[in-house]
Amino acid sequence: MDIGRNLLGESIITTRIESVVAWGREASLWPFVFGTACCAIEFMATAASRYDISRFGAEVLRFSPRHADLLIVAGTVSYKQAPVLKQIYDQMPEPKWVVAVGACASSGGFYDNYTTLQGIDEIIPVDVYIAGCPPRPEAILDAIVEIQKQLHDEPSGQVRNESFNGRIA
Amino acid sequence: MNDIEIITGKFPTAKVTEALSGQEIVMIEASDLHDAAVCIRDELDYVLLLDITAIDNLAKSHKCESRYELRYVFRSSDFERIMIIGLNANIESGVDTLCDYYATADWLEREVWDQYGVTFVGHPNLKRVLNHMEFAGHPLRKDYTITDAQFCTRTQDLLDEMEPLLTSREYSADRDNLMLLNLGPSHPASHGTIRTLAALEGERIVAGVSEIGYLHRGFEKSCENHPYNQIIPYTDRLNYCSALINNVAFAKSVEEMLGITLPDRGIFIRVILMELSRIIDHLVCLAAGLLDMGGQTNYWYLFNPRNDAYDFLSRLTGARLTNSYMRIGGMSHDFYEGWESDLEDILKKVEAGTIQSLQMVEKNRIFQDRLQDISPVSAQQALSFGFTGPNLRASGVAYDMRSISPYYYYDTFEFDVVTGSVGDTYDRIMVRFEEIFQSIKIIRQAAGTIPTGDISIKDHSIFLPPKERVYNSIEGMMNQFKLVFEGLRVPAGEYYGALEAANGELGFYIVSDGGPIPYKVKVRAPSFVHMAAYPKIIEGYQVADAILTLGSLNIIAGEMDR
Repeated sequence: MDIGRNLLGESIITTRIESVVAWGREASLWPFVFGTACCAIEFMATAASRYDISRFGAEVLRFSPRHADLLIVAGTVSYKQAPVLKQIYDQMPEPKWVVAVGACASSGGFYDNYTTLQGIDEIIPVDVYIAGCPPRPEAILDAIVEIQKQLHDEPSGQVRNESFNGRIA
Repeated sequence: MNDIEIITGKFPTAKVTEALSGQEIVMIEASDLHDAAVCIRDELDYVLLLDITAIDNLAKSHKCESRYELRYVFRSSDFERIMIIGLNANIESGVDTLCDYYATADWLEREVWDQYGVTFVGHPNLKRVLNHMEFAGHPLRKDYTITDAQFCTRTQDLLDEMEPLLTSREYSADRDNLMLLNLGPSHPASHGTIRTLAALEGERIVAGVSEIGYLHRGFEKSCENHPYNQIIPYTDRLNYCSALINNVAFAKSVEEMLGITLPDRGIFIRVILMELSRIIDHLVCLAAGLLDMGGQTNYWYLFNPRNDAYDFLSRLTGARLTNSYMRIGGMSHDFYEGWESDLEDILKKVEAGTIQSLQMVEKNRIFQDRLQDISPVSAQQALSFGFTGPNLRASGVAYDMRSISPYYYYDTFEFDVVTGSVGDTYDRIMVRFEEIFQSIKIIRQAAGTIPTGDISIKDHSIFLPPKERVYNSIEGMMNQFKLVFEGLRVPAGEYYGALEAANGELGFYIVSDGGPIPYKVKVRAPSFVHMAAYPKIIEGYQVADAILTLGSLNIIAGEMDR
């Protein structure tokens, strides 16, 4: 007996569970915005109507790390701020992705001094780096599309970056 | 008899030394500081303590009496005059605190201790304010290497400040069943980097303690390692919502040290861009503040014209936020052709957006109930906290540097100084709304009367010569070479320059040793002093009120933490 074919016709698509999960995640990234400085102001513009981050399904900004799967680090991270960032990253459930927005988050930028962390990748793994000081809102949107492409091809049920060793334990 | 003569008459050991551009520093004995402060505050009526900073003389080219000197900058009650007091600080015995006379002194002295290691005798809680708790040493000392980084592994619990505060109010966290609530530093309404620990009785805040420094980026140390023109990009990132005002404030201070003024067209361009930046700053403050209270539509209405203003700045300067458009002695280039219609178009959009937003809130019962009579700051309190700018004007004090000590032809423009009545959160928000309209008025007048001519000075030992002179004349090429490789030289001396920025009096205390790199640059940042008052003014109100109060003070972490 072939009930499915008769009743549902072409409304059934066969696929792999991994692809369905990736497809769902892709269109509903929930960002936690760790905004500290100038880049955070540009992130505000990215979320506002002209650039409209919701076109990419990422407008559900969560300010609890436990509800988020995309950490957007927008702004300079000082050594004083570093343990806070690390704690927030640790509180996010797997799988999670990280975007370093702008020169400071990527490398410390032109703050090569006693107080500025020389790139957040010293303490947490980063998936996409965005150039700029600060980057234009389009560049932030581009990074989100880049994350979507990455996660499309990744196995869905595994912990990412297990082997990463940061400078803060 | 002027004020300085009164001081020197009272303290015979006091010596007056010339600073640059007509300013004078009264050098007193450290032991006289206490009495001098009483005289300055009570007899001479200097109401604002603007800044306290130190100078480390270790790397000076000439010999100095002692390694550390302190500088105190005061402003008079008519706001027209400043007084700079200096003294040689003995690092072992320390210097008397001024906390009892000026509330502002508390955090300012903590910062001097944190950055230079000068102790203040009698300070209630002399601990670090910008650097982290595990930090060893004092980074602004000349023998501290700029890249000498120190990792931080944990945050402090702030109970060392909270417990004495509760005890002084006869509270006990356990007995009175208080809840300690930590807000920030990573909290959407704490604007990224501000941390406040609040002790709650029910929903009411009975005591608050704030911690800053999470965005300390070493601005002042970087300044001591870069020539004057290379500091301009760093100033962009002090208050990143109005970068151009910071550019101008720094450039103007250095120009005053050099004794130069810009051609009129250059001045008008600066006025137009500063007022546009003030508008942008206020738009961001209002959009974020109203978003914090749930008024999301305001966010769209106010952010859209801001984006249009950024299109104009992008076309003009090549950047949206961090423009780096100013130079010492002028600016990088003139307005483009057709700027007038672009600018007018933006002003219309800003007007429309602001009016739409105002229509939603002005007669809105929820808006009024949530903001009126929340955290009022009286005029007297505001002055003792060191408030300036819209926050001070909200308390009814009509101090606006643009009208009280006019610079850049501000006295020829017609505009109103906007003041509030009680200084509550409502007044602080509404003053900013109205100031947007006043800035539009100034821009229209300046754009209508802008003269033609040069935009920058012609002295090419300060300002780069035009390219055709660099390529076609030996003198032009030498000017270019010397300016690029060495940088411009500022005569040895000290100077405090300030102007009315979006958040209040933005001052630069610059010390030059005669070289191409400043010996020291200290920023008098309005947000730093406003933040120091924040934990005091939220007491007695609810957590939800405290969030809105923070938004209304418009704390910009970049200039606060530097």
